[in-house]
Amino acid sequence: MAEPATNLSRLRENIPTLLILAALAATPMIALGLGDPFIVKVATRVVVFAIAAVALNFVVGYGGLVSLCHAGFFGIGGYVVGILAWHDFNAEPLWFLPGTSDLAIALPAAILVSAIIATIVGAISLRTSGPYFLMITLAFNQMFYYGAIALQKYGGDDGLQIMSTITLGPLDVSNRYRFFYLALAVLAITLLLVGRFVDSRFGMVLRAASKNETRVIAVGVDPWLYRLAAFVISAVLTAVAGALLAAGQQFISPVDMGWDRSGDLVVMAVLGGVGVVWGPAIGAAAFVVLELVLSSWTTHWQFVFGLLIVLIVVSLRGGLADLGRTIFSRGSEEATHG
Amino acid sequence: MADVILLVDRLMKSFGGLRATNDLSLEVLRGECHAIIGPNGAGKTTFISQLQGMLAPDSGTITLNGADITGEPAHRRARLGIARSFQITSLVPDFSVLDHAALAVQARLGHSFRFWKNARRDPALVAPAQEAVETVGLASRAKTLARDLSHGEARQLELAIAIAQQPKLLLLDEPMAGMGRKDGVAMTELLARLKKDYSIILIEHDMQAVFSLADRISVLVAGHIIKTGAPEVIRTDPDVRAAYLGH
Ligand SMILES: Nc1ncnc2c1ncn2[C@@H]1O[C@H](COP(=O)(O)OP(=O)(O)OP(=O)(O)O)[C@@H](O)[C@H]1O
Ligand SMILES: [Mg+2]
Repeated sequence: MAEPATNLSRLRENIPTLLILAALAATPMIALGLGDPFIVKVATRVVVFAIAAVALNFVVGYGGLVSLCHAGFFGIGGYVVGILAWHDFNAEPLWFLPGTSDLAIALPAAILVSAIIATIVGAISLRTSGPYFLMITLAFNQMFYYGAIALQKYGGDDGLQIMSTITLGPLDVSNRYRFFYLALAVLAITLLLVGRFVDSRFGMVLRAASKNETRVIAVGVDPWLYRLAAFVISAVLTAVAGALLAAGQQFISPVDMGWDRSGDLVVMAVLGGVGVVWGPAIGAAAFVVLELVLSSWTTHWQFVFGLLIVLIVVSLRGGLADLGRTIFSRGSEEATHG
Repeated sequence: MADVILLVDRLMKSFGGLRATNDLSLEVLRGECHAIIGPNGAGKTTFISQLQGMLAPDSGTITLNGADITGEPAHRRARLGIARSFQITSLVPDFSVLDHAALAVQARLGHSFRFWKNARRDPALVAPAQEAVETVGLASRAKTLARDLSHGEARQLELAIAIAQQPKLLLLDEPMAGMGRKDGVAMTELLARLKKDYSIILIEHDMQAVFSLADRISVLVAGHIIKTGAPEVIRTDPDVRAAYLGH
């Protein structure tokens, strides 16, 4: 109960998060050292999917709600950025609004649009639970997917190329390295936010309700509105990740929001570990890198990939985070028992 | 007329053809410990569930402190002051003992749309939660996860959660169910202390406990209360003996 001890344990709780961020922050240096800018491209992809997987895990791991429409929100974020940039480039107003290539405007726009859509989708989906929730969110994902294909003006199923230069306020972020650090900052913020949320009063309600709804109701809380709020927060953060993907690769397409991509996000979360906030970030990194390495080795990579994931999830029941936790809790157990 | 905290009027509840609650009327006085006894399957838990709001009655009314709460959902009844301990322990496996009590405290303190402050380090939650945990004698197990508790400890935690809600009316559904002799005695002593501070509806099969704790006893048979009275009256009542105590 002594103050120094709690400060120490607080620090220890944050070590994995800080290590992940530090390791990622070092990748551009490695890329420069090796003279291989492709590494930064991969690292940016890792960071973007880490944001989405951490955000998704807020509802999956802590809310017990396995959503299969998060790729939809990811794509919505991407298309908001893409469409605003299209109108900026073509100097054609969107209804009465001018287009923009400034993320300082496009990101808040993506947040607003995704929040509105997520509120509607959540309010409908959360009337169900378990496999029905899975099915209805999957159906919504397909709606978004075909909705994107129907956007003929913005490329339809070919996707939407961003022709203008993306900025953040006065800052030009079309530079690959600069953009990477922007994305990394968003990941840091996401980890901080979700980390605070899950341990707050809100988080306690969300977690308790995922394991035993009857108990939560019996003490006087209707979990419904809390789940909806968590769903919207999670969707918005995922949309921000999608917005960053579109801005970073100057391209967004319906492929980025297919239902299989929703499944990928769930796999990243489970692979990394749904029990800790930073787990899915590790999962995203492992997923993106494995996909890349395996697909260059063999054409049957998806089979090997699936097999590897099954092996990891079965042998480490808490996902890859279990590896990290074993390493970090070694020290703390010695401290308490010693 | 004495001060009535709970008034149940002609409550009815059927499961298919089975009348689990059959024209049930009951008055609970403020500060009273009112025991409900009856054979297995008499409809005791079904009745408690309707008081708590988890089950909706087919007809009849429930009045708490003069207000009709028949249509209120369970979570709002909890806020109005009804706390229930479950016959079959209902806990969150990966929450500690203290977490459970703290959850009840935060529910009582208003909405939980608080996103930033760490709930486990919030003295406004931890202090009252700790107190409830101490009251039931679980202080040494405060940090233990629910899944690691013994059966007796889990029963104690059920009670700690209910106390942390600071209810006006405690619904205790067989708080000693499945407990050994020793734990049962400890629980009876605990309930004897709690009885001073709360109005209680107590369902219990342990007759020794019931007769030592209850101010009044109602006998429930096939969903209907056949008799209400002081313990000594119930003990000697021929109808009750025939229907229940006899066997
Ligand atoms: N959800 C339900 N659906 C159908 N029948 C039910 C349901 N719940 C209870 N019953 C039936 O209603 C009757 C009363 O059950 P209840 O659990 O209320 O009895 P009880 O008095 O609490 O018994 P015990 O002493 O065993 O706890 C029983 O016959 C039971 O099988
Ligand atoms: Mg029962």
